[in-house]
Amino acid sequence: MTALVGPAAANFAAPKPRRYGSWYVAEHRIRGIRSYYKTLLFTAIGSPFMYLFALGVGLATLVDKNNGLGGTSYLVFVAPALIVSAAVTAAVQECTYPILTGFTWNPIFLGMNAAPLSGNQITNGIFIAVLARLLPTTLIYYLVMLTFSAVPSPLGVLDIPIAILTGMSFGLVVASYISTVEKDVGQPAFIQRFIVIPLFLFSGTFFPLAQMPIYLQWIGWISPLWHGTQLSRVVSYGAVEPGWLTLVHVLYPLGLCIFGWRRTQIVVTRRLNK
Amino acid sequence: MTATETFAPTRPTRPTPRTGGIRALYAGNSRAVIGRGLLATRSSNWLIVVSGFFEPVFYLLSLGIGLGALVGSVSTTTGQPVSYAAFIAPALLAVSAMNGAIYDSTWNVFFKMQYSKLYEGMLATSLGPLDVALGEIFLALLRGAVYATGFLIVMQVLGLNLSWTAVLAIPAVLLIAFGFASLGMAITSYMKSFQQVDWVNFVLLPMFLFSATFYPLSVYPQGIQFVIQALPLWHGVELVRGLTTGALSIAMLGHVLYFVVMIVGGLIFTTRRLRALFLD
Amino acid sequence: MLSIDRRTPQGAWELRALGQGELLVCIIVPQPVIAASLLTKKYKEFAAVDGISFEVEPGESFGLLGPNGAGKSTTMRMVGAVSTRTSGSLSILGLDPNDHGPEIRAQLGVVPQQDNLDMDLRVRDNLIVYGRYFGMSLSSCAAKAEELLEFAQLADRKKSKVGDLSGGMKRRLTIARSLMNDPKVLLLDEPTTGLDPQARHILWDRLFRLKEQGTTLLLTTHYMDEAEQLCDRLVVVDKGAIMAEGAPADLIRSYSTREVVELRFGSELNASVAEQLVGIGDRVEVLPDRILIYTDDGDGDLGWIVAKGLTPITSLVRRSSLEDVFLRLTGRSLIE
Repeated sequence: MTALVGPAAANFAAPKPRRYGSWYVAEHRIRGIRSYYKTLLFTAIGSPFMYLFALGVGLATLVDKNNGLGGTSYLVFVAPALIVSAAVTAAVQECTYPILTGFTWNPIFLGMNAAPLSGNQITNGIFIAVLARLLPTTLIYYLVMLTFSAVPSPLGVLDIPIAILTGMSFGLVVASYISTVEKDVGQPAFIQRFIVIPLFLFSGTFFPLAQMPIYLQWIGWISPLWHGTQLSRVVSYGAVEPGWLTLVHVLYPLGLCIFGWRRTQIVVTRRLNK
Repeated sequence: MTATETFAPTRPTRPTPRTGGIRALYAGNSRAVIGRGLLATRSSNWLIVVSGFFEPVFYLLSLGIGLGALVGSVSTTTGQPVSYAAFIAPALLAVSAMNGAIYDSTWNVFFKMQYSKLYEGMLATSLGPLDVALGEIFLALLRGAVYATGFLIVMQVLGLNLSWTAVLAIPAVLLIAFGFASLGMAITSYMKSFQQVDWVNFVLLPMFLFSATFYPLSVYPQGIQFVIQALPLWHGVELVRGLTTGALSIAMLGHVLYFVVMIVGGLIFTTRRLRALFLD
Repeated sequence: MLSIDRRTPQGAWELRALGQGELLVCIIVPQPVIAASLLTKKYKEFAAVDGISFEVEPGESFGLLGPNGAGKSTTMRMVGAVSTRTSGSLSILGLDPNDHGPEIRAQLGVVPQQDNLDMDLRVRDNLIVYGRYFGMSLSSCAAKAEELLEFAQLADRKKSKVGDLSGGMKRRLTIARSLMNDPKVLLLDEPTTGLDPQARHILWDRLFRLKEQGTTLLLTTHYMDEAEQLCDRLVVVDKGAIMAEGAPADLIRSYSTREVVELRFGSELNASVAEQLVGIGDRVEVLPDRILIYTDDGDGDLGWIVAKGLTPITSLVRRSSLEDVFLRLTGRSLIE
């Protein structure tokens, strides 16, 4: 065989990685996720039952008795928030440890980059894997919601894509930060405790945002969780709000997704090129 | 601060002949383990340490105030109506005692056992496994006491301590934390991977959600009530709630007894496991 | 009749007045620091240590030489009183570890195979805190730490974080730490594995000083050069059992020839060439990558082979080492 040299050889050597590289990375990550799938499956099935029962049934007796929401049952009100929160939790998890590990504890990204995979492909692959985890998570959640009769409207099935969108928007922005971390000094725990949990608690999840004083409501406005939850409520039981606001609920998480995605690609590529 | 200030002065201990039994496990020198722990906190990430205090406070502000407006007032076990914030605040205190103790006795202990090999180094000295266990539990309780005091101050500021007996919530929280820590350590000794440590959360989550934390037990049918009353967190929540709301009852002695039994049982269990793990 | 009997870890003496009180006999019996007899450790059915017996005298430097998985570390853990034997007898400083774990450990220094330094503490604090585990007072810990930082050549790094030290420095810190309690016996498990050659030599020098000061050393290694450097006496261990015992030079003399010729003909050819070499020297060993000829006259034999028209890619004449002893005893290499 005649040996190829120069650009001709390059074309011969790497057409597949160029085209499918992102999928190879995703496959790698999904294989990684598979090693703890039992834990994930158990959480994915167990936690919707527990949360819907505790809040949608137990706590609901208090709220409904007091007619706290003026007509809307608390179960129907809280369920959309719970599915969106579950997606956010899973997405943040998949966007922190795998990226932190890939650069620091077990630097597999450097290995992937030594193989013919680019920083953009590595980023895409991780995000594809996040999607792959969110899809069953939200699907199961939705099915459990149905068993609790928590979704009056047939449009409620859109809760699934809405939850995934919200989860991705949150996760991708977290990823764009985590990929800059040089040394793990507990940043994931910090994000969890000072960002995820406060947003979970103050984004109109358990009570309408309007219950909070106006000077705290901005937390909801910047939180993708609030936008996702509100959108979810609109499709789930026809919560009433102005049309332009519904549009914002779609556009804002989308914008965050694009920002987080591009930003992570840039950071990862720059870091691997160093 | 220098190392010198961290340790209390001690006399050098002279080894005395001992024969097997508990003596092979315990050298009476837990304070060296405690001293090490205090010195090591200097290298910890302070933001993470502080976050342990903020987590229950966030919950209290969100649920107690935001959700409280929807709920109105709630009756305690003794029938006393209290505001929703005053109802969940003691529960959050008990939950944070449980979480802190479990975190320290599972994740932390697992890491030091399997990864940093810290205990291996300690046990090559005249220390025994029980010195290490007691020292670590003491440190966990110390942290718990600091967080609990902070949370009680927040409750005081928000006017959620309805009786002077709220002060007694601090020893109550320590009792709860001691119970969970001593049992948690024994359970950790069976664990081989971080994934297994993760399973601990599956036990904690339902306890957290269902133990009369966010609404009274009376919303459940009788059968479910019995199950929940068998679990430790319910006893912890009821004990602390009785103290902060001042709704005292004789049942609280039962809650205390529950934790005393849990502590004694947990320590015996842990000691056995440590012997199997480190001296086999 | 009067009889006085004193036993200390370093030896025993007896005074006896016999008969009419005119004859006084003084007997000094050196008592071994470590005495193991048919020592066995089983995990379920598998015997990690299978009935080994040895004694270590005060001030002696004694080695356990063997490949990975030979049972050396398990033996060390039993001697260190952190692992209970399945059967056999074991006495450390005259005490049985089953009954006196803390008392024994109080007089031992332990350097484990993998450094288990306290990563949350700085260099000097590592030493001080470790001394506290023995119940030492803070002032004596501090003084001892200064002294040992000098000894370990780490005085200028005492405020450093442990994570910032090099591998050799960490190892020296672990050794310094093991000396905090002035141990009577120092247990070293693979002290220089994973270190670069320069760091190994620095470490050997430090261990040699300890040996000169009379510290009893028990060490495991799978490096023959380390065993030759540091051990007065050693046992060769394989699969949990002792294969041979003696001083390094004696072992080489009894189990190997004076010299060894190493020949490489290329991996394809070694075996076939070896057939033509039968009869040369005392013994011929064929390894996957080379042929070893055991002989008392290496240069002579090499000349004869070349004269025969066999041209190796590389050839080397060297003195026999413990590696050869091990190969002879087990048919396998030490480092696989």
